[in-house]
Amino acid sequence: MKQILKLASRNIWRNRRRTFITAASILFAVFFAVAISSIQHGTWDHMVNSVVHYHFGYIQIHKNGYWDDQIIDNVFDPSEVVSRESNYNGISQMVPRIESFALASYGTSTKGSLVLGIDPDREAHLTQPDTRVAEGQYLKKEDKGALIAGGLAAYLNIGVGDTLVLISQGYHGINSAGKFPVRGLVELASPDLNKQLVYIGLEQAKWFYGTEGQVTTIVADIEDPGELSGIVSSLRADLDTAQYEVMDYKEMMPDLIKAREVDTAGSQIILMILYFIIGFGIFGTILMMLKEREYEFGILKAIGMKTGKLSLMVWLETIFLGVIGCVAGILFSLPLVYYFYKNPIELTGKMAEAYEKFGVQALLPASMEPSIFLNQAVVIFLMITVLSVYPIFKLAKLKPVDAMRA
Amino acid sequence: MNKETVIKIRDVEKTYNETKVPVHALRGISLEIDKGEFTAIVGPSGCGKTTLLNIIGGLDRPTSGQIEVNHQDISQLSDNQLIDFRKEHIGFVFQSYNLIPVLTAKENVEFVMLLQKRDTELRNKRTRELMAAVGLEDKMQSRPAELSGGQQQRVAVARALAPKPSFILADEPTANLDSTSTNNLLDIMARLNQEEEMTFVFSTHDQRVIDRARRIITLEDGKVLKDEWV
Ligand SMILES: Nc1ncnc2c1ncn2[C@@H]1O[C@H](COP(=O)(O)OP(=O)(O)OP(=O)(O)O)[C@@H](O)[C@H]1O
Ligand SMILES: [Mg+2]
Repeated sequence: MKQILKLASRNIWRNRRRTFITAASILFAVFFAVAISSIQHGTWDHMVNSVVHYHFGYIQIHKNGYWDDQIIDNVFDPSEVVSRESNYNGISQMVPRIESFALASYGTSTKGSLVLGIDPDREAHLTQPDTRVAEGQYLKKEDKGALIAGGLAAYLNIGVGDTLVLISQGYHGINSAGKFPVRGLVELASPDLNKQLVYIGLEQAKWFYGTEGQVTTIVADIEDPGELSGIVSSLRADLDTAQYEVMDYKEMMPDLIKAREVDTAGSQIILMILYFIIGFGIFGTILMMLKEREYEFGILKAIGMKTGKLSLMVWLETIFLGVIGCVAGILFSLPLVYYFYKNPIELTGKMAEAYEKFGVQALLPASMEPSIFLNQAVVIFLMITVLSVYPIFKLAKLKPVDAMRA
Repeated sequence: MNKETVIKIRDVEKTYNETKVPVHALRGISLEIDKGEFTAIVGPSGCGKTTLLNIIGGLDRPTSGQIEVNHQDISQLSDNQLIDFRKEHIGFVFQSYNLIPVLTAKENVEFVMLLQKRDTELRNKRTRELMAAVGLEDKMQSRPAELSGGQQQRVAVARALAPKPSFILADEPTANLDSTSTNNLLDIMARLNQEEEMTFVFSTHDQRVIDRARRIITLEDGKVLKDEWV
């Protein structure tokens, strides 16, 4: 084995120019593949994360049927679910909410708004609205005031200390109206939410909508997104599914998830074509190398080197080549990817609008996820392994007498 | 002295059928070669010297006839078994470009011993001994490209001898050498033939080489024309 490794590694440096050109072509393939995948993963992660972390959370529990008919009548008593929060591994807390609509009005301006009744402490651990307070203060426990999103505040021309009026229809059709002193302004990265969100305390919301202590939503705050599907199943197993519906973020935003899949598949095809072309390049190198060294292979077989060892040697040579190209490609792409990871590309115009429709900032950050780099190495390795079937075949058939009759 | 037969071939024929007109390269050759011989196979170009050596060496298969090497019928062996057989029993010296270009002279000489998994100490000792025997102890670390044609052939002889094969087959080993190198190589082969009792069978056109042989087998048109001891 040592002998074969020695031969293979020396053979690599025999035709330096060819090694260089082949390695360079692998380098470029890996470079582009990494760059494309990294930006794509990063962008989609950014989108999904924004939506999940700003608003939805990974898992929500509702009264069965709420998601398809999101009206204030579809509320449920949260106490059963909340009291069991410590029963589930991987769930740090249950965060109850009331989500509904209201007309927000101040002075002569009125605008439709999304009212989010939150438990200030629990919500601070989940979507962290406290960190987005731009002016004034975050809600305290049992607070009777409101936080209002920057865009909406600007529209209504309302500021901290002013009193916001909310008007809506509550539980079982009652009329709701209330006055809420503005405690603070929050700036939300999602342009959509920033134009319409009003936070009030959960207890206030119960009172305002007259829900008799009931809520529309419980967000299960999970510790590790990697455990998501397991947690969802255990919730479904444990809770009465006739009464509750348990949904993960993928079910809550199927459009986004679908769009991600379509987009990823598209670039997967481009990458496949890229690798296909590179594969032919490597194959060309292998063919040339086999032809050029036919005589030498003949000698090796004549003096007692078995086909298996010979094939292993050639396979190792190709793998070395692939490793050199892969490593170089990854090293070259690292600074670029890191730069765009730290300084995401900002979109403008139509593209930006498309992103904002999903309620996401129009940013294209790169992802530094190791699997992106690793995947390229795996693809190259598999490709070379497949390609080296040919030399193995060729070397098995090679007869020293023919090879050496030059 | 007891004679020990190392090569025994009987009625060997070889016909190349891949060509338009079949070529009868060997038309019934029977020979015995004993341990310690220093034998030349001679004859005009195309008479079948290379074909015969390839068949004896297990590089090619006869169309008909038997070959026994060390009393073993090698026609029964599979291709892979033949490779192992060559590794253990036969040393080859080809006309040129015998050596592996990426290995040093020393590494070339120990190559087959490494395939045989001989231990390091034995390998080093044997390699040094043989490099000295072919007068190249100072070229151990040279790559083939840094050696002259004559030096390369001497390394090839050392490599062929290293694993102590039953015999050495050399197809026109001096064809690309000048007369000094030719003499030098033959001196070495003759000495190793004596000292190691190594059997040498070589083909040649070269009268100077023929003059050094102790047995001369002349082929013509795929048949043995003369077989004489000198
Ligand atoms: N692979 C082959 N296919 C067809 N014919 C062949 C093949 N190899 C050899 N021959 C033919 O067989 C005959 C014997 O060839 P061989 O190479 O054994 O001769 P040789 O004595 O070694 O000649 P030289 O002295 O030129 O090396 C020649 O007529 C040659 O053309
Ligand atoms: Mg010949």
